[in-house]
Amino acid sequence: MNLEVLAGCLASGACVVTQISSGLIVGMLLFLVASGLSLIFGVLGIVNFAHGAFYMAGAYFALLAYEQTASFTAALAFGALAAGVIGVAFERFIMSRVYGHDVLMQLLVCYAAILIFDDLVKILFGADYKLMGMPDAFATAPIQIAGGFVPSYYIFMLVMALAAGLGLWLGINKTRIGKIIRALAINPQMVGALGINTKLLYAGVFGLGCVLAGLAGALAAPVRSLTPGMGLSVLIESFIVTVIGGMGSIPGALVAALLIGLTRSFGAIGFPLFVDGLMFGLMALVLVVRPSGLLGAKAS
Amino acid sequence: MSENRGAIGRRMLLGGAAAGTAMLAMPHVAGAQAKVIRVGMPTTLSGRIAILGTSSRTAIRYAFSRINEAGGIGGRTLEVVDRDTKGRPDEAAKITRDLINNDGCEILIDAESSAGSFAVHEVVRDIPVLCLHTNSETSSLTADPKMLVKHAFRCARQGVHDAVAGGVYASAISKERGLKRWMTCSPDYAFGRDNTAEFLIFAKKFDPGIEVVDQIWPRLFAPDYTENITKILQVKPQAMYSALWGGDLVSFVEQANLYRLFGNLTFFSSSLGDPPVASAIKQLPQGIHTAYRYNRNYPAKPANVAFADDFTKLAKHEPTNWAWQNYVACEFIAEALRRTNGRTDPTALSNEISGMELKTAFAVDEAITMRASDHTIIGYPVPWGITIPAAPYVKDFVPVDWAQILEMEQEWKKDKGFA
Repeated sequence: MNLEVLAGCLASGACVVTQISSGLIVGMLLFLVASGLSLIFGVLGIVNFAHGAFYMAGAYFALLAYEQTASFTAALAFGALAAGVIGVAFERFIMSRVYGHDVLMQLLVCYAAILIFDDLVKILFGADYKLMGMPDAFATAPIQIAGGFVPSYYIFMLVMALAAGLGLWLGINKTRIGKIIRALAINPQMVGALGINTKLLYAGVFGLGCVLAGLAGALAAPVRSLTPGMGLSVLIESFIVTVIGGMGSIPGALVAALLIGLTRSFGAIGFPLFVDGLMFGLMALVLVVRPSGLLGAKAS
Repeated sequence: MSENRGAIGRRMLLGGAAAGTAMLAMPHVAGAQAKVIRVGMPTTLSGRIAILGTSSRTAIRYAFSRINEAGGIGGRTLEVVDRDTKGRPDEAAKITRDLINNDGCEILIDAESSAGSFAVHEVVRDIPVLCLHTNSETSSLTADPKMLVKHAFRCARQGVHDAVAGGVYASAISKERGLKRWMTCSPDYAFGRDNTAEFLIFAKKFDPGIEVVDQIWPRLFAPDYTENITKILQVKPQAMYSALWGGDLVSFVEQANLYRLFGNLTFFSSSLGDPPVASAIKQLPQGIHTAYRYNRNYPAKPANVAFADDFTKLAKHEPTNWAWQNYVACEFIAEALRRTNGRTDPTALSNEISGMELKTAFAVDEAITMRASDHTIIGYPVPWGITIPAAPYVKDFVPVDWAQILEMEQEWKKDKGFA
């Protein structure tokens, strides 16, 4: 514990800016992955334990597109869409067969899928470390704000993640298809009785969740190493975010992701040996005080 | 007639039963008569450190193909039987038993990381088979006399050797440049903590002016290091040591580049000298100090360059540190088999390997020696160099005298109660 250093940091504008920006970056990438996880749980009622694999797929397909086109825009789009397409196929051919089964069966199916996806990545891309590299537009010195440093690429990541989150919120809350999806989450039989193809909707929602994970992977590809199995590391933190925010709540995922990001960032200064502990401690505290999560629906 | 042809006679039955019983009772005799010598290889072939297993396997297959193409060992050929332990020590132990008992492997190359290697070591303590550990760098595996197993050897670099070499190299630079405020950033598990502690022991021994102002321990396989990098920016050390490795090191360097961290810091890395790591980093900063892991230009021998070229053709990437270690292990095995005329008896092979001076492309001088006292190799490359942005990624290697390493190692062993 180093409270003196933490107090010194909080009293310094440069340190506060650097640490807040660091927390936002970590938090917003987590939000993208966790919001997809939350969306799938909220509508389909299943926990997609294989969600990290779509983050990995997004990163690898973005790398592939970047190597072929040298366009970062194309890489982001291809990475996200490829993860979405694979997600739709995964939902239709595999996950849809275990709807209604107990969680253990779903967990086993997802675990098998993780192993298969990891091996496919190894076969297609190799087992060695890969990195996309920083696009030229962002290969610049960090921007100085109040004496603190914020890399330009991280500002871009924040904007992209916020835009994706806002788009998702508007789509769910302000559009007709969003209304149908919300209705599907509450009463799928009624939606089906109205002549709406619920299977298609389920696949679409699952795919959208995977697009968000894929976008997170594609955004991470220039700064995080790509290896088979990379999805597992973000999956655990995403679950923590989902639990803190409330299972199925996208605004909850945003709040929780930012909390986790800032906890990690300032925790690294004041409690360097207990950063992971702080994160799990926060989760435990929320579960005790509000078991349904910060913005989750209370169980009736 | 047809009934007689199809029936199994009493003598045939008894003969078959006797032969079968003999085969089951004496697997080594049955094995010794086989044309192919099967070499078992428990290793990690999946997950985030799959490259450890895949690059080790490629090196072994390449070595065996060369040996077999040259006529094998007294007409017998070598074949590797690899199994994925998934990086789990319990699985490594189980697979090792299976390779020996069920797959007919007469020799083992344990290409597991440290956690798995200790598990394999305990299996071969009970089942006598020649075993070469090729990827574990944890010193105690062979330095601790309680760990000694007569037919188990380490053909890999050892933590304490690298720590002495790193301490000698880093302290010279710290004295020259007046680097007093140091910080470390290493993965939070046994290897990361041990490696960092050993490096600091020797760096401080040679430059007592070094003061460690902070240490950070990101967890192994952490996806993001931003919080650690911004912490370093706040502490503002003059120099830094890191035992981060593999994909973690790739992420750290690339994320640190965004903050221009390396411009104001003298950075020492234990693992940046691994070519697949260095080549994965798109903007490898110039001037980072790194320990040798592997380099096609060091030792400067044509056979080393040929190995790098051939391996790269097969693996589609430059050799790893694990690749040369496994290749040398195959050379040790082949040489021992030649001396025993192809006999795989573990005692006979161990007697040959113990103390063997192997002439190889990877020796600093003429040979790498398998030290008889503690069954570990010495005389392998332990220089430090500095990074350059393009291949071969590391240049200006500064060798460290092995006599000094051995002297310091002996002192360290005494302090640890190992000698």
